[in-house]
Amino acid sequence: MTSEEKVNAPHRLSESPFVRRLLNVVALAFIALFLVLPLISVFAEGLQLGLGFYFQSLRDPLTLSAIKLTSIAAGISVPLNCVFGVCAAWAIAKFDFRGKSILLTLMDLPFSISPVIAGLIYVLVFGAQGWFGPWLIAHHIRIIFAVPGIVLATIFVTLPFVARELIPLMQAQGRGEEEAARVLGASGWQTFWRVTLPNIKWGLLYGVILCNARAMGEFGAVSVVSGKIRGLTNTLPLHVEALYDDYNFTGAFAVASLLTFLALVTLVLKTLAEFRNRELRGTAFTPVPLGKMGKIA
Amino acid sequence: MSGKQRAKKLRVLPGFRLTLGYTLLYLSLIVIIPLAATFVKSSELSWAEFSQTVFSPQALAAYRLSFGASFFAALVNLVFGLIVAWVLVRYNFFGKKIVDALVDLPFALPTAVAGITLATLYAPNGWIGELLLPLGIKVSYTQLGVFVALTFIGLPFVVRTVQPVLADLDPEIEEAAASLGANRWQTFYRVILPMLSPAALTGFALAFARALGEYGSVVFISSNIPMKTQIVPLLIMNEVDSFQYAKATALAVVMLVIAFLLLFAINLLQWWSNRHNATEFA
Repeated sequence: MTSEEKVNAPHRLSESPFVRRLLNVVALAFIALFLVLPLISVFAEGLQLGLGFYFQSLRDPLTLSAIKLTSIAAGISVPLNCVFGVCAAWAIAKFDFRGKSILLTLMDLPFSISPVIAGLIYVLVFGAQGWFGPWLIAHHIRIIFAVPGIVLATIFVTLPFVARELIPLMQAQGRGEEEAARVLGASGWQTFWRVTLPNIKWGLLYGVILCNARAMGEFGAVSVVSGKIRGLTNTLPLHVEALYDDYNFTGAFAVASLLTFLALVTLVLKTLAEFRNRELRGTAFTPVPLGKMGKIA
Repeated sequence: MSGKQRAKKLRVLPGFRLTLGYTLLYLSLIVIIPLAATFVKSSELSWAEFSQTVFSPQALAAYRLSFGASFFAALVNLVFGLIVAWVLVRYNFFGKKIVDALVDLPFALPTAVAGITLATLYAPNGWIGELLLPLGIKVSYTQLGVFVALTFIGLPFVVRTVQPVLADLDPEIEEAAASLGANRWQTFYRVILPMLSPAALTGFALAFARALGEYGSVVFISSNIPMKTQIVPLLIMNEVDSFQYAKATALAVVMLVIAFLLLFAINLLQWWSNRHNATEFA
């Protein structure tokens, strides 16, 4: 129904103008109170002592080392989870096998587990009192309270993002196009690079964006395994906490504004990717000759 | 399809063993083995030690607050999420696309940033706290603060589960109800709401589950007072910080079991929701 038809429709088919206005006001007030106000306040608090202090907080060596560590953690965990996501989606969407729904549930586990517990399970495996603790100590390998632990915890909490984006997309696209490519003589890799990847690239980008946002912003899980050694094992969110706990509120909000900016960029990219994805999904269903080829296979 | 044909179909596309094998290996190393370690570790505790930790007064107070605050936060999100989804799908207004994109902010914003922001906003000298103080309402550093933080992080769930279902609703159903004499409220309450309820309940359950495990956005606004403003993840963190790993593990196992049960319930809800929609629009 177009908006014009709606306006002309009798009362029974849409709400009275008063109810419409009321619902609009309630919805927007809720959004303003819970989303817009916090967003504005991050930047307002960060800039409270002026631009000079703001940039000084961002240029601080501890901030720079936190930025570096956060980039390392995201730089390792996002590509690994990306490869995992593509593999999992290929296996799940293109083939039939038993226990698929159990596998899907297992993949969702990191989303339903508290981040604190996610950090704790790695302490129990790699910590000094953990399963591999004595062996790691004997070989002078540090995982907990060091960078590898932070990377592991980040991988854990961001594991499902790419896979969850790709699986429904690839399931909807079916396997007809790939089967056709194979029948026409393409190798497995050629099929993947030339047929599958172009079809899923926007969904893949979307998953990577979400995965990266969470990887850079993770707090609870990283908090448990990091040990919070300033300049060494503090990621950006942990650095925000450290500044806040030191009553350097303006500094904390200045660094927080950096993460908020990242969140806003994520939302913009996500909206764009979603838009392209929808466009692509709309046209991907009509390749008639390929569909026929799929049936031959 | 017979077994042989099926096997042949499998062979048309390559890489099944490779990708499934890698998926299982990666998942085992990152998720399943460490999780299993937690359960094995907790079994090293005697029952007396275990129950002393998980039924301690401090733990019981934490469960009460965690479940209570999560439930009410999810409830508020259920009501307002339905309204926001309705407005976004049915009405046009200036800046609708921006509002739509902004709904996902709690997913994109790091929880620590949300935590310090909410704590500052609702502090007695903060933008909102200042206004509430004359009314005698304190939010930051109270249980109400925990509820506010959990409402923030659960906000997108109901909106995002209801939105697509609402957009796909067949207008003819509403037209039929109206032509049979139902007024707008009756149509909404008797016809539209029942069709939205599986999706809305799924969103509610997702928001509730997320709130139960939340840490970053709560830690700053709650101020972590035992028996008063301490939720379970904060209690676990305290035990970890004081190297009481056995106690932390015992509490973690309780929360894991609850999380698994919730995950199961959510899967059932989603299945119900899908079936509901499938038969509705067949």
